[in-house]
Amino acid sequence: MPQDTHNIDALFKPAAARPGDQEKISKKSLSAFQDSWRRLRQNKAAIISLVILIVMLLLAIAGPWIGHHNYYSTDYGAVYQKPNAEHWFGTDKFGRDQWARIWQGTRISLLIAVLAAALDLVIGVAYGAVSALLGGRTDNVMQRIIEILTGIPSLIIIILLMMVMKPGIVTIMIAMSITGWVNMARLVRAHIMKLKSQEFVLAARTLGTPTSRIIWKHLIPNTIGIIVINTMFTIPSAIFTEAFLSFIGLGLQSPMSSLGVLINDGFSSLNTQPYLLLYPSIVIVLIMVTFNILGDGLRDALDPRMRK
Amino acid sequence: MKRYIGIRIIYMIITLFIISTVTFFLMKALPGTPFDEEKLAQLPDEQKQMIYASYGLDKPVFTQYVNYIKNVAQGDLGTSFFYTGQKVTDIISGRLFPSALIGLQAVLLGLAVGLILGIVAAYRHNTGWDYATMIIAVLGVSIPNFVLAALLQYYVGLKWGLLPVAFWESYPSSILPSVALCVGVIALIARFVRTEMLEVLDQDYVTTAKAKGLGTIRIMFQHVIRNSLISVITILGPIVVNLLTGSLVIENIFGIPGIGSLFVDSIKMNDYSTIMGITLFYSAFYVLVMLVVDLLYGLVDPRIRLASGKG
Repeated sequence: MPQDTHNIDALFKPAAARPGDQEKISKKSLSAFQDSWRRLRQNKAAIISLVILIVMLLLAIAGPWIGHHNYYSTDYGAVYQKPNAEHWFGTDKFGRDQWARIWQGTRISLLIAVLAAALDLVIGVAYGAVSALLGGRTDNVMQRIIEILTGIPSLIIIILLMMVMKPGIVTIMIAMSITGWVNMARLVRAHIMKLKSQEFVLAARTLGTPTSRIIWKHLIPNTIGIIVINTMFTIPSAIFTEAFLSFIGLGLQSPMSSLGVLINDGFSSLNTQPYLLLYPSIVIVLIMVTFNILGDGLRDALDPRMRK
Repeated sequence: MKRYIGIRIIYMIITLFIISTVTFFLMKALPGTPFDEEKLAQLPDEQKQMIYASYGLDKPVFTQYVNYIKNVAQGDLGTSFFYTGQKVTDIISGRLFPSALIGLQAVLLGLAVGLILGIVAAYRHNTGWDYATMIIAVLGVSIPNFVLAALLQYYVGLKWGLLPVAFWESYPSSILPSVALCVGVIALIARFVRTEMLEVLDQDYVTTAKAKGLGTIRIMFQHVIRNSLISVITILGPIVVNLLTGSLVIENIFGIPGIGSLFVDSIKMNDYSTIMGITLFYSAFYVLVMLVVDLLYGLVDPRIRLASGKG
């Protein structure tokens, strides 16, 4: 239909070239953090875990004050009570309120774990970064030290340290951190070494960027993901270690409360009062599960290699 | 390769030396003594001196240390304070069997279940099987093994009466502790195998095999599973740690006369020499496993062998 061609052509008008618009980015650019958060939000399990964790955290903060009793007062008129309106989670062999003890214990366990993880983070990142950045002989010596330390089964050393030092929150934290930072140091060093040999660092060097700027602008922002992920996994393992130490009688002692102390107390009256073991067990398992799932989710969200 | 083994063995010795030194001085710094303090106070000084002398405690700390290291180098871990007159090495070897049996059963069971779960999860990626496996894996690493052991003991042993609740009487006594111990192993292995297999399934040679028209079973067994299992060796280290720590609490819960419960008991009794002995025993075991892991890995995977040969 050649005669129609003319009409159709009339419908088309030449568009004016707008070079400015072509290059315009219509969507606001996302920071690395926003980008990760967007990806984490799509992970249902991780978000549910995050919500549960926040609830547990709030209960750990406020729980001991919500109930009718405090966590240390004994009441010999009300020993071994089943959960009821007065004592929501029952009472233990000294008549202490389990509800208050559980949330006080959660508070202490979380506190120990977070402090230990923070200490690991500071020492590990500093050691790993110094080792990777200085390189050469310093790096060599520092790595030999790490190699020897990784050969030591850390829990044994923690147990020995706990025997020598007076049991307490600070002691547990220090004992766990003495060997705990090694993992972080290795990860950070390996990652910085990898980054150092990448093109964008070379490009920055070629452009004459000072070393301090390369460290702050390129190396550290790129390492944060790994540090965050590793910390997310350090916390549950620290909670486990605390509970483990209390369970074999080396951690905190009653009337202090921690999840390990409660599980240990609950275990001794397991035959008759299983709820004394059950409730703290549920709390510790919930914390560990949610931290692990959230850690997995964060790894998927922060690690660019997992992007699909 | 020989040079590499040599260097590794030197490291092993240095590590063990450091551990024995640290242990020795930590034990010296311990508050309290392994002796019954009340009874000791009633004894005349002469007899006290005799007791100290019989354990070599009358000498200066440094001399004690040198003697200790000398003895350890000859495989003598000293005499127990609590089990009077018994050699620590004898006590440990007498307690070895239950621990070894439970540990071995846990590893085998964990390997079998973990491998199957991991393989099925990767093969049926993103299906119900996969999700179920991941849930088991997360629960397995998240439930502290002593909590699991206590619950198993209460429900399976006490309430349902299916298996012995505790103590070391006959073979069934070893089942519950092994199950409690293997859950962590299952979780570690299932998760690891799944990740490895997903990676291998993405490889070009799997596509090639499919394009050649090989059957699914052939591809899985000849290419995928073989290649993913190589690296399972590398998680043997964490698995051993898992078993060692697990044995400390689980043997205690189930009243198993193994090394783990001996260790916890000697901590409560302040039995220095036994504590030091078991610490060294555990460390030596751990260090040895790590060495075997590295060597085995180099043996099965030539790519690693080349890399480690250089360093």
